[in-house]
Amino acid sequence: MVIGKSLPRVDAYDKATGRTKYTEDLCTPNTYVARIVHATIGHGYVKSIDTSEAEKVPGVVKVLTCFDTPPYKYPTAGHPWSTDPAHQDVADRSLLTSHVRLFGDDIALVIAEDDVSATQAARLVRAEYEELPVVLDAREAMKEGAPVIHEKYPNNVLSHTSSRKGNYEEAIKEPGLIKVEGWYDTPSVQHCHIENFICTSYMENGRIVVLSSTQIPHIVRRVVGQALGIPWGKVRIIKPYIGGGFGDKQDALYEPLCAWATTQVGGHPVKLDLSREETFTNCRVRHAILFHIISYVRPDGSMVARKLEMWSNQGAYASHGHSIAAKAMGAFPQLYPCDNVECDSYTVFTNRSVAGAMRGYGMPQASFAYECHAEDIVMKLGLDPIQFRRDHLMPVGYVDGFSKNELYSDTFNQSMDVGIKAFDYYKKRDLYRNQTGDIRRGIGMSVFWYNTAVFPISLETSSCRMVLNQDGSVQVQVGETEIGQGADTAYAQMTADTLGIPFENVHVVSNQDTDVTPYGTGAYASRQTYTAGMSIRMCAEAFKERILKVAFDYTRMQPYICDIVDGNIIRVTDGRVLMTLGDLATEALYNPKDSHHLTMEKTATIRSNAYSFGCCFAEVEVDIPLCHVKLLRVMNVHDCGRLINPALAEGQVEGGMSMGIGYALSEKMIYDQKTARLLNNNLLDYKLSTTMDHPKLEVHFLENEEPTSAFGTKALGEPPVCPVAPAIRNAILNATGISLHELPMDPHLLFREFKAAGLI
Amino acid sequence: MYDIKALYEAYSVEEAVRLLAAHPEAQIIAGGSDVLVQVREGRRAGKELVSIFMIDELRGVTMEEDGTIRIGSLSSFHTITYSPIIQEHLSVLGEAVDMVGGPQIRAIGTIGGNTCNGVTSADSASTLMALDAVMEVIGPEGKRLVPIADWYKGPKKVNLGPAELQTAILIRKESYEGYKGHYIKYGMRNAMEIATTGCSVNVKLSADKKTVEDVRIGYGVAAPVPIRARTAEANAKGKPADAETAAAIGRDVLLDVTPRNSWRASKDMRLHLCSTMAQRAFTEAVRKSGGEI
Repeated sequence: MVIGKSLPRVDAYDKATGRTKYTEDLCTPNTYVARIVHATIGHGYVKSIDTSEAEKVPGVVKVLTCFDTPPYKYPTAGHPWSTDPAHQDVADRSLLTSHVRLFGDDIALVIAEDDVSATQAARLVRAEYEELPVVLDAREAMKEGAPVIHEKYPNNVLSHTSSRKGNYEEAIKEPGLIKVEGWYDTPSVQHCHIENFICTSYMENGRIVVLSSTQIPHIVRRVVGQALGIPWGKVRIIKPYIGGGFGDKQDALYEPLCAWATTQVGGHPVKLDLSREETFTNCRVRHAILFHIISYVRPDGSMVARKLEMWSNQGAYASHGHSIAAKAMGAFPQLYPCDNVECDSYTVFTNRSVAGAMRGYGMPQASFAYECHAEDIVMKLGLDPIQFRRDHLMPVGYVDGFSKNELYSDTFNQSMDVGIKAFDYYKKRDLYRNQTGDIRRGIGMSVFWYNTAVFPISLETSSCRMVLNQDGSVQVQVGETEIGQGADTAYAQMTADTLGIPFENVHVVSNQDTDVTPYGTGAYASRQTYTAGMSIRMCAEAFKERILKVAFDYTRMQPYICDIVDGNIIRVTDGRVLMTLGDLATEALYNPKDSHHLTMEKTATIRSNAYSFGCCFAEVEVDIPLCHVKLLRVMNVHDCGRLINPALAEGQVEGGMSMGIGYALSEKMIYDQKTARLLNNNLLDYKLSTTMDHPKLEVHFLENEEPTSAFGTKALGEPPVCPVAPAIRNAILNATGISLHELPMDPHLLFREFKAAGLI
Repeated sequence: MYDIKALYEAYSVEEAVRLLAAHPEAQIIAGGSDVLVQVREGRRAGKELVSIFMIDELRGVTMEEDGTIRIGSLSSFHTITYSPIIQEHLSVLGEAVDMVGGPQIRAIGTIGGNTCNGVTSADSASTLMALDAVMEVIGPEGKRLVPIADWYKGPKKVNLGPAELQTAILIRKESYEGYKGHYIKYGMRNAMEIATTGCSVNVKLSADKKTVEDVRIGYGVAAPVPIRARTAEANAKGKPADAETAAAIGRDVLLDVTPRNSWRASKDMRLHLCSTMAQRAFTEAVRKSGGEI
C-alpha cells in the first residue's frame, strides 16, 4: 500500500531540473505578442481611441479597440455552469470595455511581432475619456449619490442575503446579559502566484485552441464559447503545468480575449503574457470584507443572541461575487452555535480590482473576524480562551441542516490539546501576565471552520478515465488539475492502491485537454482528494472488475476468487499468482478473435461535503517603540482526515501558513483615493512576507478519517491560511493589551493604535 | 525583452569616458538592478546605454598607503560585506549593504550604482554619510574628489558632470579609526525591502569609554536626499555615553530630519521612527565601542 507514504512527487525530477513545460515554453517562435492597453482613469467612458501612432510602430500587426469587440457579455467565475438561469453567474464582462470601471480597465489590444513593438505601440494608443467620480469603499458605494458602476445595480449592491434563527430582539431582553460589540476589517490582497497569468491561442481546422495557465480548463472552454458567441465545441483548452494559482486562476481571466485575438489575425498564434503589475491590477484579489458583530452573552460565555453584518468589496466586476460573502456568513452560526442569530451580508461593486476566488474563499476574513471577536468576549468576561472555546464551539455530532455536514470527530478539543502541549500554553500565559517595558511577548490561538468542495451550492462532479498499457501500467486522467499542490501524486497513490498495481506503474496524465480529458471542473474548494478520489475509486473498482472478467478467458478462474495485487492477477483462495497484469493486457489486446483494449471511465456525482477543522497557535514579540511584531513561533493543527502523502500535506500547510503570515502582518493593496489607481502593484511595494519573516512553520495533523470520503480525506488546500492572522492578533493582544481590529497588523496600524493607547 | 536603443560596452575608464562623450544622451549601466527596472517601466525605454560592467579595475576593496579604504565603484554589495578590510575596519558598512534587497540583488548591485542613482533610501548612503565618504570621479577633464556632503544635489541628482563616472568611494583613516557604527534599516518586512527610514550612527568614545568624543548620524528617507543630523551630533559631543544622551539624541534629531508624508509611510510615523532609531543605533554603537549603556 502506498497511501499514507511520503512518496516523491511524480513531477519532482522534471520540475527540479527545469524540464517541465509551462505555457510560455509551448509558444512557437513565430507567436505574435499581444499587449493590453489599460485605461488611465478609474471610472468613466472611453469617448474615442486614436490608434494611428501605434499602428506606425514597425512590427505592429493589428490594434483592436473596445469599439471592435463582439457584443456578448459573459461571466468569468470558475463555477460549474448551472442550467438554472437563477443560479448562473453574473455576465458583466466584455472582451474590451468602453465603460471603464477600474483604473487600468482593458480598452484596447495591440498585436505585434515582438514584445518591444507591442509595448511601444501600447504606450502610443491615445484615448479620450469622459471621467466619472470613483468609489473605493463598499459602504460608501451603497450611499445615496455614490457613483454607479453597473447600470443594473443602482446602489452598487451586487447581492444582499440574510439569515435568521430564533428571535434576536426578544432574546437580548434576558436580564444580566453582557454585550460585546466589535468591527473587524480586512484588506484587498493578491495571490502572488509565481507564474503571472499567461495564455496563448491559435486556430486549427476552424477551431480555436487556447493554452492557458488555468486551474479550470473545462470551465474556461465554456466561458470562451460564451464570450465569443460560438459553440463550446469550437473551443479547445489545454492546461500545461502551471506556476501556482491560489484561486486567481479559478476564473476565466484573459483566455476569451486571447481566443478572440487569434481570430482577428487569421488564426496566427498570439500570446498574452501579463506583467506582474497587470496581475495585481487586472486579475483577481481577495475580497476586502468589513464585519460588525454584536454578541449578547451570559457571564459564563454562553451565547444568547448574536448579530452579524458584513460588507464585501467586490471591485469592478462580479466574478465570484456574493459566493465568498455567503460562505463567510454561513460559518457564523455554525462555529459558535447560538439559538438567536441575525446575519446580513452585502457584496458591493467599487472601483477596486475585481475580487474573486482566493485560497480560503471568505474564510480567512471570517476567521479573523469571528476569532478576534471570540477573544474580545473572553477578555471582557475574564474567561480562559481555551475553556471558552471548549464550552461553546460546535459540538461533536452537530449537523448542519443545509449542507448535511456532520461533525464526526472531536477535532476542536483534540487540536487545541496539541497546541497547548506544544506551546506550554498555560505556563506562557502566566509568564506573560503584567509585562512592562518596550519589548513584550504574547501567546494566542484561533480555531478555524472549513468545509470541503461546494456541495450543495453547486454541482459536484468528477470523471476519471483509466487505460491499461501492454506492460500492465495504467494512464489515469481526471479533470481536477495539478496546480502545484501535488494532486497528481495523490491520484497516483489512490490509483495504485485501489487497482492493485505498483505506484510507478501509474502514469497520471497531468495536462488537461478539453478535447480528450474527461469532464471535471478543476482545482478549487479544497476538493481534489475528496471529489477526484471518488471518481478514481469508482473507476478503479469498475476497472478491476472488468479486468478480472477478461482474465477469466486466460486463467479459467472466476472473477470473484481473483484479485489484482502488486500488478499480478492472483487467486485469492490460495494466493497463487496466475499471470501478470501486463501479460493479460498484451494477450487481451492482441487476441485476433476477441480483442480488448482495456479502459474504464466513470463519473461520480458527489452529494456530500465534509467539515475540515483545526487551529493555530502563535507566539509573538512586540517591539512597542518600533511598532514591530516578530513572530516567534507558529503552529497549525489540522484534521483533514487520512493523509494520502504526509510530506505533500505538510507542504500545503506550510504554504498556507506563509500566506496567513503575510495576511496578518504585511499584505495590503493600496489605492489612490482620488484616481482609484493601485499604488503598490509590484512585489516591492506590496509586502508579501519573505522567509526572513517566518519562524519555522510547525505543522501537526490529526487523522480522524472522514466517513463520507472515498479515501478518508477532506479539505487541506485552503484551510491552513484561515487561522493564522487571528492567532497572531490574539497573541499581540496578550502581549500588549491592545485589541487590533484590522489587517494587516503592520507598523502603520501599530503606530496608530499604540499612539492612541498612549504606549508610545 | 528590453527596449534598448543601443548598448556600448567599455573595458576601461578612458573608454567609458570616450563613449559617454560621444553619446551624451546615454545612461550608464553597471549591475543593471536599477537601470533595467527603469527601462522595463518605460522611464528609460528606447535609450542608449553605456555599460561599465566589464571594467574590472573598478572592482574590489583595497587599503591605500595612508590607510584610506578604497571601494571600487563596481564592487557588489556582496563583495563589500565579505571583504576582510571592510569586516575589520568598517563592519557597519558591510552590515548595511547586506540589507539591500535579497541575495541576487546583492550579487549584481554595485555601491557605485547605489550612490549614483541619487535616491535617499539607498542602504549604503546613510552609512557613507556617517563616514564622511569621498567620491572619486573621472571625466574628460580628469579626476576630482567630491566629499559626500556635496554629492547629493537633489532627489535622483548627484554631482556628476557630462561624461563623468564615479570610479571609487574613499573612506579616510580619520573617518573610521577609533569609531564603531551601527545601522538600522526600518522596513515593512525583513528582506526584499527598500528602507522606510534608515539610520546609521558612528561613535568614538573616550579612552575610559565613558564620554562621547564624536558622533556622526546619517539618515536615509528622512529628507529628499541622505542627510546628517548635525544638531543632534553637536549636542551629543562631549556628553556621557549613557542612556540620557541616547534619549537626548532621539529628541534632537527631530530638529534635523524633514521626512514627508507619502502612501508608503506617514510623516508622523517616520518622525517617530527617526527618533527611536537614532536612540537605538547610538546605544548599539556605544556598546560595540565597549561602552556600558
